[in-house]
Amino acid sequence: MATPYQPRFLGIPVTPLTRRRLHNFRANRRGFWSFWIFLALFVASLFAEFIANDRPLLIKYQDQFYAPVFRDYPETTFGGEFETNTDYRDPYVQQLIEEKGWILWAPIRYSYRTINYNLPVPAPAPPSTENWLGTDDQGRDVVARLIYGFRISVLFGLALTLFSSVIGIVAGAVQGYFGGLTDLLFQRFIEIWQGLPTLFLLIILSSVVTPNFWWLLGLLLLFSWTSLVHVVRAEFLRARNFDYVRAARALGATDGTIMYRHVLPNAMVATLTFLPFILNGSITTLTALDFLGFGLPPGSPSLGELLAQGKANLQAPWLGLTAFFVLAIMLSLLIFIGEAVRDAFDPRKTISQLATGPAEAPAAAKAERKAAE
Amino acid sequence: MTMDMPMPELLSVRNLGVEFHATGSAMPAVKGATFDIAKGETLALVGESGSGKSVTALSILQLLPYPMARHPSGSILFQGTELMGADERTLRDVRGNRIAMIFQEPMTSLNPLHTIEQQVNETLFLHKGLDRAAARKRTLELLRLVGIPTPEKRLGAYPHELSGGQRQRVMIAMALANEPDLLIADEPTTALDVTIQAQILELLKDLQQRFGMALLLITHDLGVVRKMADRVCVMNKGEIVEQATVADLFVRPRHPYTQKLLAAEPKGNPLNPPPDARAVMTASDIKVHFPIKKGLLRRTVDYVRAVDGVSVDVREGHTVGVVGESGSGKTTLGLALLRLHASQGAIRFDGKDIQGWPASQVRPLRREMQVVFQDPYGSLSPRLSVGQIVGEGLKIHNMGSGRERDAMVAKALEEVGLDPESRHRYPHEFSGGQRQRIAIARALVLKPKFVVLDEPTSALDMSVQAQIVDLLRDLQARHNLAYLFISHDLRVVRALSSHVIVMKDGKVVEQGSTRQIFETPREEYTRALLAAAFNLEAVKTETVRT
Repeated sequence: MATPYQPRFLGIPVTPLTRRRLHNFRANRRGFWSFWIFLALFVASLFAEFIANDRPLLIKYQDQFYAPVFRDYPETTFGGEFETNTDYRDPYVQQLIEEKGWILWAPIRYSYRTINYNLPVPAPAPPSTENWLGTDDQGRDVVARLIYGFRISVLFGLALTLFSSVIGIVAGAVQGYFGGLTDLLFQRFIEIWQGLPTLFLLIILSSVVTPNFWWLLGLLLLFSWTSLVHVVRAEFLRARNFDYVRAARALGATDGTIMYRHVLPNAMVATLTFLPFILNGSITTLTALDFLGFGLPPGSPSLGELLAQGKANLQAPWLGLTAFFVLAIMLSLLIFIGEAVRDAFDPRKTISQLATGPAEAPAAAKAERKAAE
Repeated sequence: MTMDMPMPELLSVRNLGVEFHATGSAMPAVKGATFDIAKGETLALVGESGSGKSVTALSILQLLPYPMARHPSGSILFQGTELMGADERTLRDVRGNRIAMIFQEPMTSLNPLHTIEQQVNETLFLHKGLDRAAARKRTLELLRLVGIPTPEKRLGAYPHELSGGQRQRVMIAMALANEPDLLIADEPTTALDVTIQAQILELLKDLQQRFGMALLLITHDLGVVRKMADRVCVMNKGEIVEQATVADLFVRPRHPYTQKLLAAEPKGNPLNPPPDARAVMTASDIKVHFPIKKGLLRRTVDYVRAVDGVSVDVREGHTVGVVGESGSGKTTLGLALLRLHASQGAIRFDGKDIQGWPASQVRPLRREMQVVFQDPYGSLSPRLSVGQIVGEGLKIHNMGSGRERDAMVAKALEEVGLDPESRHRYPHEFSGGQRQRIAIARALVLKPKFVVLDEPTSALDMSVQAQIVDLLRDLQARHNLAYLFISHDLRVVRALSSHVIVMKDGKVVEQGSTRQIFETPREEYTRALLAAAFNLEAVKTETVRT
């Protein structure tokens, strides 16, 4: 059916309300640019294997193409002696290949676990043309570890935010919508649950199991899902007495339909406003656990571990400074995005953007950043 | 008064213009308004919502949200002082002192955290510089003046402890504190019940005579105008289209808009269906009680009897009007009949005893019993398109395929007088009257037998009310619908119902045919209600609260 005047955004039909919100999001220049910068960094880090890798991207050898990024080749392929995986960093192997072809390297010839054995000084080595931000105390390239660490931090944060939001929204919706005894019991349970000393439990649990990405996600999820419950519950409590909810009930809509179609869209405004801040919190939690050594398994690229190294090696300031700046910039970008999202959903700002703009924003951002850390 | 010696004007507004700026565009709200108010005179500013009458009143005291609002032109002269663009000090001296204002909603215009004494004292401290004891004495005087019973005991009360009428009296006391020369009353009685409205109007009139104040009365209600005002300005779309004395205006309206406004009262008579039509909804002895719990163990000590033993009988093609003031339990009764509210007593719908049925069993019946709510802004989900809103019931009850449903929605919209193409738009793009039509379409698309209309016209402008009443009557005739029509507006009830129930405090005071209730009411309460509604007279009787 033709809907001629339906406005569209990126080809998706949007309501006029959504369009006004997008406009407001764009109007907050700082948040808008932060969003694109963060998105660019994140998308780039998703292709970390093509940016920082100790295997070449492409090899032409004897008129045949090889892509070591994707496949393992034994050294014998290139005329070597061993049946084992090719070590492309070996000057002998490089020489063998370049005699009968060429090698296309990634811009950074180190992966997060590649150890540079040719350091002129003992590790940690200071920044040089070979290792742009130096190496850590095991001789691994810091830039490569940053790129991979950024990726795992953001992915972990996104996954944790997604799962805890879904659980939080469902729990909050059920409590707010049904109210009464359900609400009362659930609320008391959450209060007790939130009273548990999270950090100690995480430390104990992570000493029982060997934590990997998914274990950590599960453990943190146990305690992070409560953060959205209160907001969503309040929205549902408010909305369940609206006339249009009553009208839907009079039409014979089931509770599930009413919750999903009529109340949830209203609760989503409050939820979306919170999401960037929850994402920030998730990333910080993972970093903190890594810093304490209860996080990702040893050897994983992680910003927290880099911070810990910086603390242990004060004579190598490039470690601590790098980790600090990456974390600070990443969290600030997220806070700026969060502010822009909050502005976009602010009903008072949808009327008109007054000339003065958000004057309280920098102070609020500082306070929120402090709270996040 | 002679032509060469004009009467000294208290306030003269010349060529007033107001614009609101929003994202680069200017929206004119008032265009070239010109009027005068003489000492001791009552001028009424009449118009429908959005006509700019409140904005005009607010700009007199320069209370608009500047710099969003702007005056492109005009002058406001009050006792020789120019108020337009005056500095804050001049304005502060005038505001609340020589010009006072009372607002529509007495609940939100009083600070909920301050006692009555604190609120009234504030203006005395600000403008008179009285000390505590003197201010207290004056406050007591004022409260007595506006008819608050036992004012000594009420000094320490908070706004929520007072009734709506009493709150409006406190507002008036605050406005009178400094004996202003001009009182601006912005819809002072719109939020009140009819009997209380009559009392407040009487009070205002009495006080005006006593103090010789001028009164600028802003209202949409022509009945109030006729009773209160000397002269009238009719506003439409930001312009004053007609200015005349009250006597003149009601007899010889000149401007077509005024004529339309005067003709807009809900008219016509209810349909005349056969009296022995099949009963669709029969309910007997309906009770809705809310327990009051007290003490450590939360034992139930008493009940709030919202609905207490009401019996209703609605037949095919008939309309039963339920009349009563706010808090009389009429809405709760309607919800209880639809099984949207728990209740006791027998409910027979279409020959089936549905009281006590589980929700899943009632659900298929929801198709046949529908409801239209009072507030057309709150009853439509803001995030769904009109087509989705109207089509939701069809989807729930699996009526027709997607294409058929769309056709049914289009037809229902056409039937309530909307463009079928509007199903792709969103509720906020429609006016109040159009939204109410959408809500009616949502109920009608399911082809129900019984519809509860819960004050469907009371949030609408007068001319729109008349249209909606006509529409409802027309639909009833076409589909042989049974209506339960809940309203506090007796005029609308008379135009639509064949049978009327008068409710007070959850009980039926009186019921009978519309003619009997309106022409020969038996109960004192009904008589007081009728007097207040049609003549705006406050009847001194025990049955009416203050």
